[in-house]
Amino acid sequence: MIAVDGLTKSYGTATVVDGVSLTLPDAGVTSIIGPNGAGKSTLLSMVSRILGPDAGTASVDGVDVFSASGREVAKRLSVLRQDTHMTARITVRELVEFGRFPHSGGRLTPDCRASVTSALSYCDLDHLAHRGLHELSGGQRQRAFVAMVLAQDTRYVLLDEPLNNLDMAHATGVMRLLRRLADERDKSIVLVLHDINYASAHSDRIIAMRDGAVVADGAPAEVITPEALEDVYGMPFTVHRLGDDLVASYFR
Amino acid sequence: MSPHELTLEGTEAGKAPTRPGRSVGLVRRALPSTRTARVIASLSVLVVASLTVFLTWGVDGHWDYALPRRAEQAIALIVVGAAIAVSTVVFQTLTHNRILTPSIMGFDALYTLFATTLVFFLGANSVETMDPWIMFSSTTVLLLAGATTLYRWMIGDGSRGLYTLVLMGVIAGTLFGSIQSFMVRIMDPNEYDSLLDQLLPSFGALETDVLALAAVVMIAGVAVAFRFARTLDVLGLGRERAITLGVDYRRAVTWLLMLVAVLVAVATALVGPVTFLGLLVANLAYQVTRMHRHVITLTASILVAAVALVLGQALLQHVLHFNATLGSIINLVGGVYFIVLILKESRA
Repeated sequence: MIAVDGLTKSYGTATVVDGVSLTLPDAGVTSIIGPNGAGKSTLLSMVSRILGPDAGTASVDGVDVFSASGREVAKRLSVLRQDTHMTARITVRELVEFGRFPHSGGRLTPDCRASVTSALSYCDLDHLAHRGLHELSGGQRQRAFVAMVLAQDTRYVLLDEPLNNLDMAHATGVMRLLRRLADERDKSIVLVLHDINYASAHSDRIIAMRDGAVVADGAPAEVITPEALEDVYGMPFTVHRLGDDLVASYFR
Repeated sequence: MSPHELTLEGTEAGKAPTRPGRSVGLVRRALPSTRTARVIASLSVLVVASLTVFLTWGVDGHWDYALPRRAEQAIALIVVGAAIAVSTVVFQTLTHNRILTPSIMGFDALYTLFATTLVFFLGANSVETMDPWIMFSSTTVLLLAGATTLYRWMIGDGSRGLYTLVLMGVIAGTLFGSIQSFMVRIMDPNEYDSLLDQLLPSFGALETDVLALAAVVMIAGVAVAFRFARTLDVLGLGRERAITLGVDYRRAVTWLLMLVAVLVAVATALVGPVTFLGLLVANLAYQVTRMHRHVITLTASILVAAVALVLGQALLQHVLHFNATLGSIINLVGGVYFIVLILKESRA
């Protein structure tokens, strides 16, 4: 369980995340949605230790994120950032091997190599393993980073807008991969999403934020409703049921 | 659609799968490591060759006189080269920038200011006759103290980021430079002449025990850098990724910057500022190894530095007959290389 208590971050007089308290489950897919500037990414960055909070605490399975050693936290919590740009010229396999750093300190054990190989094939990257990361398309690179997170082998995986700049085929591929990780490997996937319909189709739980606070929290059927979405985004929505999916329409 | 199908679009379609993935993997995997081994071996051979040339060229039978003197000089060259190479590689990894050297943090300027202040207040005579031990240790301690204060103050709570630190270093360097040029303006011209001698890097006469101390510090510093090599690999991925992979970023960066300060201080106190050497050897090392692993790039940069300095000094003595200084040759070659690098970066 990830427990967040009273996390606050402000820049000058603007409070971006305002005393958010919530718990994230130890399994399933949890999506965080909300308009730009709602504090979704800031919240995730603080739990990821990339940003220091002004107030509040966060813990992962009882380990305090801000005071524990980096390595202890990194064995429990992995993070996939929005930006997949990389200055270092490394191959896909080398990138995935970095995922083992919290466990091995960079000295790969046979176990490490095995889990790197299995992460690569789980993300279907075997045939690209020795390609340079810079030679890959956006979708392939995103999968390479997912494989790195997989090799890190943590119970919790945080992803900040993993579908950014991906076309529909790649976006769906990444979402399916994450869903499979939650179902087959019992991981808890927490991701910030802009596309509410992806959130609706793949999540077990949706958390909606606005102005630095949580305004709706529940199963997709509870959050993907015209009333709730209008409250979050401040614009009219219609919600249709198509097969198993709830699809929100907001284009006109 | 499964993720597998995703790869069957665009140029990647069907290329790799025609051969079984595993055998391709084995073949390609073997290549980089043998290549790296070959590069390191060739560089080591080059080091030995340049040392042989340096130690034996034109000795004319005066072995017992020439050899110890030359050996000592060769050690000095290698100590300086290794310190500069390692400090530059570490600094460039921390700043993610291949055209920066630690001198941008104002090290050279601080050294220049210190040397000028000494001559200004004590007079050229007493500085020239000063015990080299005192001179070396006071310079090292001062550079270290300056860097420590600056870093501690600048790093603060760590939120300001490394680029702010670098920019503040640039400003501090400019300040030191301005104070120094003011002192030079009101200085006795004869004293200025003697000051110039100190401000140009020189690999001439060195005291044995000073050299021994510098060597010990350099070896300790390089050992620390190699201990941190794997952390440096991760730091090369960027601050955020390093943190999420479990590196205690602030602590690691503070320690590594202190290491850079120690190494630069030793090299500068020993021979004076050698700005472009680090830039030159670090980038040559990246180019020949094509690796991101610091165990390899650090080793290669030390070897390249040793070759460059030892061979450069040999050429200076026997071809140019001391009609230039090693420092000015380094700055000439380094400067040209720097321009090439900038042109390449701007085109990439």
